Amino acid sequence: MEDIVKKRIKQVLKGDQSAFEEIVSLYQNRLYQVCYRMLGNRHEAEDIAQEAFIRAYINLHTFDQKRKFSTWLYRIATNLCIDRIRKKKPDTFLDAPVPGTDGLDHYSSLAHDSPLPEEEVEKMEQQERVQYEISRLPDKYRSAIVLRYIEELPLQEISEILELPLGTVKTRIHRGREALRKQMKKL
Amino acid sequence: MKPCPEEIVQYMHDYLDGEITRRDEQILKEHLEKCPDCQEHMDQLSRSVAFLKSAAHVEAPEGLSDRIMASLPKERQSAGLRRWFGRHPMLAAAAMFMLLAGLALFSNFNTSDQQLAVSTQPNLVVEGNKVIVPEGEKVEGDLFVRNGELHIEGEVEGDVTVINGSKYMASTAVVTGQIEEIDQAFEWLWYTIKSGVKEGLSVFEGPKNQEDE
Repeated sequence: MEDIVKKRIKQVLKGDQSAFEEIVSLYQNRLYQVCYRMLGNRHEAEDIAQEAFIRAYINLHTFDQKRKFSTWLYRIATNLCIDRIRKKKPDTFLDAPVPGTDGLDHYSSLAHDSPLPEEEVEKMEQQERVQYEISRLPDKYRSAIVLRYIEELPLQEISEILELPLGTVKTRIHRGREALRKQMKKL
Repeated sequence: MKPCPEEIVQYMHDYLDGEITRRDEQILKEHLEKCPDCQEHMDQLSRSVAFLKSAAHVEAPEGLSDRIMASLPKERQSAGLRRWFGRHPMLAAAAMFMLLAGLALFSNFNTSDQQLAVSTQPNLVVEGNKVIVPEGEKVEGDLFVRNGELHIEGEVEGDVTVINGSKYMASTAVVTGQIEEIDQAFEWLWYTIKSGVKEGLSVFEGPKNQEDE
């Protein structure tokens, strides 16, 4: 698949914009999924995924074609997600949506620093609960955990995406697992 | 109760990362068998991981790809041009030279005196800004008139070029070559480039032309 992608990249660089469409369709699900798991909100995830592809298009000439394209693309997306999380943190309480309107977004838009009452958590469906627990993880660990367990990427690739030493990635995943364990002791 | 060795938790994570050595795995196993607390810790970690992995696959919303394609920046040419210049500095310099030469020519065309200019053939008749090829006369070689009227009544053995002027041909006129009238600055530019190229080519074709003559 990387071969097709590299061919398409060359075409885009030569000015053939339509060649980018295949790149988008190959990666859109993965990229959207990372964004959704990181942000916990469908609208924001779509926003950021779209932004990531546009940035990739604009900066395509800076991509080192000897490297893996997906790594580069994931890096753009995770950086955008982390920026978004940092920016919205202060108003988490202000824009908490009305309960019951849209379960998933409701629970997940509440950051980890404002846990829900236990009985509410217990009423959640499994999928809702997964997203809720991910969103409670500190964002440092969240990106590593999402890439490891949702995208199922090898540690080495995660270290390249996050531009962190392998040891740091391992530590973050270990701490992420510990944080999750503490969050869910009663599971 | 003696505390558990510190590295046991580290071994748990190494195990979950799939990066545990055989020796460490053995130590971990033996410890978990006799320590229910650590066994519980390990179980909780494994359950957390299994819980994460149970997350359903999320698909991109319908139409995302179209929306992305529609919002890509349109102008790619300028970037492409810049990149091209970066890669071909010599060609870029040549292009710049051509551009400046063209501009010089252009301004030259506009400001050049509006006086009549004509190629020098002995049997041409010039009256004011009128250039006449008299009836019965034969002008040899290419005829060139600028800022004037050309009246051809006789014969021209060669090409006729009129720049910024007009041309009248009597019924008796004969022109063996091509006739060209140039009124616009851009045409003038084009004409100059064309004749430049022709001259360039004639260097290669020189000997052959001589044979023709």
